[in-house]
Amino acid sequence: MKPERPLVDVQGLSRVFDASKPWLNRMLEGEQRMLLKAVQDVSLQIGRRETFALVGESGSGKSTVAKMVVGLLQPTAGRVTIDGVDMWKTTASDEMTALRRRIQMIFQDPYASLNPRWRVGAIIADPLNAFGLTKGRDETEAKVAELLRLVGLDPADMHKYPHEFSGGQRQRICIARALSSNPEFLVCDEPTSALDVSVQAQILNLMRDLQDQLGLTYLFISHNLAVVRHMATRIGVMYLGRLVESQPSAELFKAPRHPYTRMLLDAVPDLKMSGRQRRMIEGEIPNPISPPAGCAFHPRCPLALDRCRVDVPTPFASGGRTLACHAVEV
Amino acid sequence: MTGPVLSVRNLRVEFPTRHGTLRAVDDISFDIAAGEVLGVVGESGAGKSMTGTAVIGLLEPPGRIAGGEVRLKGQRIDNLAGEALRRIRGRRIGMVFQDPLTSLNPLYRVGEQIIETMRTHLPMSEAQARRRAIELLSEVGIQGASDRLDSYPHQFSGGMRQRVVLALALCAEPELIVADEPTTALDVSIQAQIIQLIKRLCRERGTAVMLITHDMGVIAETADRVAVMYAGRIAEIGQVADVVQRPSHPYTKGLMGSIPTLEGSETRLVQIPGSMPRLTAIPQGCAFNPRCPQAFARCFLEQPAAVFVGRSEVACWLASATPVQGTP
Ligand SMILES: Nc1ncnc2c1ncn2[C@@H]1O[C@H](COP(=O)(O)OP(=O)(O)OP(=O)(O)O)[C@@H](O)[C@H]1O
Ligand SMILES: Nc1ncnc2c1ncn2[C@@H]1O[C@H](COP(=O)(O)OP(=O)(O)O)[C@@H](O)[C@H]1O
Ligand code: SF4
Ligand code: SF4
Ligand SMILES: [Mg+2]
Ligand SMILES: [Mg+2]
Repeated sequence: MKPERPLVDVQGLSRVFDASKPWLNRMLEGEQRMLLKAVQDVSLQIGRRETFALVGESGSGKSTVAKMVVGLLQPTAGRVTIDGVDMWKTTASDEMTALRRRIQMIFQDPYASLNPRWRVGAIIADPLNAFGLTKGRDETEAKVAELLRLVGLDPADMHKYPHEFSGGQRQRICIARALSSNPEFLVCDEPTSALDVSVQAQILNLMRDLQDQLGLTYLFISHNLAVVRHMATRIGVMYLGRLVESQPSAELFKAPRHPYTRMLLDAVPDLKMSGRQRRMIEGEIPNPISPPAGCAFHPRCPLALDRCRVDVPTPFASGGRTLACHAVEV
Repeated sequence: MTGPVLSVRNLRVEFPTRHGTLRAVDDISFDIAAGEVLGVVGESGAGKSMTGTAVIGLLEPPGRIAGGEVRLKGQRIDNLAGEALRRIRGRRIGMVFQDPLTSLNPLYRVGEQIIETMRTHLPMSEAQARRRAIELLSEVGIQGASDRLDSYPHQFSGGMRQRVVLALALCAEPELIVADEPTTALDVSIQAQIIQLIKRLCRERGTAVMLITHDMGVIAETADRVAVMYAGRIAEIGQVADVVQRPSHPYTKGLMGSIPTLEGSETRLVQIPGSMPRLTAIPQGCAFNPRCPQAFARCFLEQPAAVFVGRSEVACWLASATPVQGTP
């Protein structure tokens, strides 16, 4: 049987930012232009109803990937294909509108992402109106009420303003707004990082329930491996702009392969005080403007070989796993 | 037997506002012994920072200590002001905050700041202080310390800055360190390094540490005892292993279940409904009652006082009802 085509197919995605000072300062200070390679050669596939999690420390390029995948940021190179449509190639505007409806994004900061002057009802109805999904006020209002119930809020909340809600409730409002266009694919960038743990648990549970109920596909971004373990079917680990390892979630936690993945897992505090064996790795995250040559992880890597200082390891895929490392076999 | 380094009794912190007086910290008591790390954990707004700020005498008006006492090695410090308080802060109490830049002056080289602080508090020559500063920076894991002495704070990464702040907090050899979310802004791999460092320094120097964080994982790694705060009060306080593995208070139980872990199952997380009340709307009786699955009539009328359950102290009417167990 031919495997189902993945809903999301990302190939060789890269993004370079110009991080130089303004032209005049450069001339005066005699500095070169500085290019920051935020994302380099990232490839991944997400099957329908799967949750692909991207993990990595600050500055590793997770949000930049997310923005390119939803169409908010143009890639420098590479391709994003959603259900067969090449997002950055297609010129047909109706095809693009259709795609936009099917992809929505949820951000980390539920305070910043809601317009404080709009009532909750108007916020949630915005995509409905933009895509012309409801006809007339009554239908829109009924749909908004249904969405509020879906995310565990009261339909009467549509008449309130965002400031009347707690952080967790605001994130529910963001989710309701994202769901209003009946999307298939949600890109969630650190959706619970700004929330308290008891509220995070509510939102993570809600997101899983909604996925089951509505058949959603998630790209889920987090720096927290324990959170990711609860959500992901598949995990990709990023370091300084590159995807260094990707595996089905259960396998990654059982047998992490890349030395950086192992280091990340070892750094997670042992909450259950189980006496888990850990190996602390020293060293800092390098400056992304001047990353180390070869494998960017080599200054911190306990397995580094001579060639790691020279050659960038290319991602190698086999048996559902991808790994970019000179010392470890896929 | 020597007494505790820090002793806090019935501490209350209040803010007079237009809408009446808000009580951010309500009747809190705890001790910290020499060489001990007390973790203070809770969700945002629980009153952790207010407790820490009250201990170090840095409450910003109109916030004020409205009751109780704070003692450092038996000496009352909550009623000190001005110069007397400044002498204690920096000398006998070191401080570490979430943002290392609040403790570092961007205009001065880090070496100057450490040397200056040391010489303010300790009789030392410039040369002695300089040597000691290099030792301290190496001790907190800064490579090539003698060269880095002349760098400015902005020339360090976030993790390195927090190491410098730790060196600064330690330089006058204080008896107590109050650290408020010292690892929260750091990446996990760097966070793990800083946690190890705090633990080691506390052990080697016998410093008492009050470690404030919302991250129970950090507490489990670092602390000897932990106080769990909710709505300005301590819900449960005890040995870390007891509180983490056998929590007694319904809030602590819910909290522990709601934290995703690498060891736990992948199934649904335990869910506490609702969220912590605002200070303007603290429920009568037990403040946790609207969210508590075990609340009963008494919980809505009277505030529970802390009672012993095993080695822990728990503020819950259910605990009061169970017969007091002896110390194992
Ligand atoms: N608009 C921009 N201009 C210049 N550099 C940028 C821009 N956006 C991102 N970067 C840089 O690209 C790199 C990747 O950033 P990105 O925001 O994707 O990281 P992240 O993995 O999401 O990190 P975090 O965990 O902190 O959110 C970083 O070094 C960042 O400073
Ligand atoms: N200046 C202030 N005026 C009124 N309330 C305040 C002020 N500062 C803090 N609070 C309140 O005191 C409570 C405890 O705050 P804090 O100790 O900072 O919490 P935590 O550190 O546990 O997150 C919160 O409800 C907060 O809103
Ligand atoms: S390629 Fe080399 S330096 Fe990079 S992770 Fe593998 S062994 Fe370590
Ligand atoms: S006192 Fe009552 S409401 Fe409060 S935690 Fe105990 S059982 Fe729950
Ligand atoms: Mg990001
Ligand atoms: Mg705080």
